[in-house]
Amino acid sequence: MKFIPELSSRRVPCYRVLDENGRIIPDSDFIPVSEKLAVRMYEHMATLQVMDHIFYEAQRQGRISFYITTVGEEAVNIASAAALAPDDVVLPQYREPGVLLWRGFTLQEFANQCFGNKADHGKGRQMPVHYGSNRHSYFTVSSPIATQLPQAAGVGYSLKMEKKNACAVTFIGDGGTSEGDFHAGLNFAAVMEAPVVFICRNNGWAISTHISEQFRSDGIVVKGQAYGIRSIRVDGNDALAIYSAVRSAREMAVKEQRPVLIEAMTYRVGHHSTSDDSTKYRAADEIQYWKMSRNPVNRFRKWVEDNGWWSEEDESKLRSDARKQLLQAIQAAEKWEKPPLTELFSDVYDVKTKNLEEQELGLKELVEKQPQDYPPGFHI
Amino acid sequence: MWGILGRRAVVVDGGFSASCLRSRMRSGLVSARSYAAGSKEMTVRDALNSAIDEEMSADPKVFVMGEEVGQYQGAYKITKGLLEKYGPERVYDTPITEAGFTGIGVGAAYAGLKPVVEFMTFNFSMQAIDHIINSAAKSNYMSAGQINVPIVFRGPNGAAAGVGAQHSQCYAAWYASVPGLKVLAPYSAEDARGLLKAAIRDPDPVVFLENELLYGESFPISEEALDSSFCLPIGKAKIEREGKDVTITTFSKMVGFALKAAEKLAEEGISAEVINLRSIRPLDRATINASVRKTSRLVTVEEGFPQHGVCAEICASVVEESFSYLDAPVERIAGADVPMPYAANLERLALPQVEDIVRAAKRACFRSK
Repeated sequence: MKFIPELSSRRVPCYRVLDENGRIIPDSDFIPVSEKLAVRMYEHMATLQVMDHIFYEAQRQGRISFYITTVGEEAVNIASAAALAPDDVVLPQYREPGVLLWRGFTLQEFANQCFGNKADHGKGRQMPVHYGSNRHSYFTVSSPIATQLPQAAGVGYSLKMEKKNACAVTFIGDGGTSEGDFHAGLNFAAVMEAPVVFICRNNGWAISTHISEQFRSDGIVVKGQAYGIRSIRVDGNDALAIYSAVRSAREMAVKEQRPVLIEAMTYRVGHHSTSDDSTKYRAADEIQYWKMSRNPVNRFRKWVEDNGWWSEEDESKLRSDARKQLLQAIQAAEKWEKPPLTELFSDVYDVKTKNLEEQELGLKELVEKQPQDYPPGFHI
Repeated sequence: MWGILGRRAVVVDGGFSASCLRSRMRSGLVSARSYAAGSKEMTVRDALNSAIDEEMSADPKVFVMGEEVGQYQGAYKITKGLLEKYGPERVYDTPITEAGFTGIGVGAAYAGLKPVVEFMTFNFSMQAIDHIINSAAKSNYMSAGQINVPIVFRGPNGAAAGVGAQHSQCYAAWYASVPGLKVLAPYSAEDARGLLKAAIRDPDPVVFLENELLYGESFPISEEALDSSFCLPIGKAKIEREGKDVTITTFSKMVGFALKAAEKLAEEGISAEVINLRSIRPLDRATINASVRKTSRLVTVEEGFPQHGVCAEICASVVEESFSYLDAPVERIAGADVPMPYAANLERLALPQVEDIVRAAKRACFRSK
């Protein structure tokens, strides 16, 4: 009679390619990345940093009401997106705008959503950072945690039935794996043999709850096998490792029609959101350490520069261009009108029902009759 | 609001629920005493915090559970200081699983503990609604009284400001439709203290619907309400302002709006009676109907969606019981029949405003355009 111990004597090792100084670790196996791809990846990681910084400041200035940064997780965001095919359907949590950025969502489109103006593809329906774009195969961000996991299994299953050369890719944090939906999503994806890549961003914190209080297992990677799912633990701050792992996982998912689990080890450098002050529950020097010494953007930059593909001039130009574009995007987004009254009642259903039509008519008449109760310049 | 009622005496309601009666006996109080409005003020946040604190102090079986309730001091700081005072076993920070921690809470209640389960917002309670309805609400009935579930589910409910569709829904009508649950909705600090204490002491599962925007609001509070044995009866509404021309019923944040509307109506010679429901299930039909029989007109207000709302139930009750007293059709003011949009202008349009209540009252009095 032998019990499987609660913890293995050895933690599951972590796959990495680049060391902390941006040098390829000897004998590591990885999928080579061309100069063009590497530069494009680096540019997007740096742009994501600038975007986060400027939108965060905009919230602090009261220009937008809320924001969630991705600071510290730029490699997970961009490198995973680079490894996917454009038709792969992405079901995000909320800390993966980099995937959307990679796929071509413009800085203006990000700003429009944050300001909820009439140009927002989301028609001002959602809080900031709840982006979504069918055009980019990126499902609209939904707030309740982990609901996207069983939904991703369903998407994978439908791709399977239509025999598409694509998979579902879904993201979750370390905290979200406690949700019942994590269990449901992984279990069903395995049973249905659905082509789904589950990417868990283990960044150490779920608002103020540290991973030591979230679960007692050796992280998330060990849970994969419990569901019969092939799994890997990756250094989430190593862009090359993420790229190789996601690319391989994606191929397995599509070719073998199976789910795959990737645990990306990283660190949430920023606060949970603009409603949080993480210095209240963690040491400031812990944050500083990860921000300065374990920074994924700097690490990848060193490798790209060592190859002669990037320079200091390229760096200044990129950052100042991105900054300028973002400031312009914000100024424009802020000035544009909010969505008109007609958007209050649309999209509740595919076709407006009669009672909604009546309500819309009634409201229009009311606004015309009682203009003093509505703000000046109000848009019908 | 209380400022308006400053001159009026604070009337304490007669005890209805058994636990309240016991506590009143204990402190030697007799029902229906009048007190001058206290010069002390308290925020709803502090009222809730002190209520939980006192109940935990009085009964070692009471414990708090939810996301961020401990070290973070509560997502909205309602449980501030409790971890330090009572320790991590009684103030338990849960992993992110509403279904998980609600299930655990119900099991603990079956075994005799008294959990106070916090949902960061009632929108997230939907991820646990099976445990609330099929387990907590129905167990006592199905076991013929052998298994009771003395659990409280509490948290912010309804619209806040600029938080969009998935953070703004009002769940009063949903939970109040289920036999086996009690559903409370406080407005003032006194409501918050009295009703939460009653909920924690109650042997049945209680859904306690707070409001995020009210947390920071200050209300005068009487000495009696500050006493640790204080509690309010479940199932009894409060007449916040007496009137004779039209009855306005509502709950939670809309009570403040209704009182503002009543002030505006008074300027035009319409005397409105404002009823703060306090208890959605059981609904105080007696107080509502008595008021309508006095005024002959009803305006019923809520923030939530119109169809199958609390207002619909009140309309039905009044039509059933006081039909011949009505001089005008019942007016219903509710939120728009759409998921809550984010943009500020759209959000304002989707929620009842003071002007809407004023217009409805005037329509009921045949005095409007």
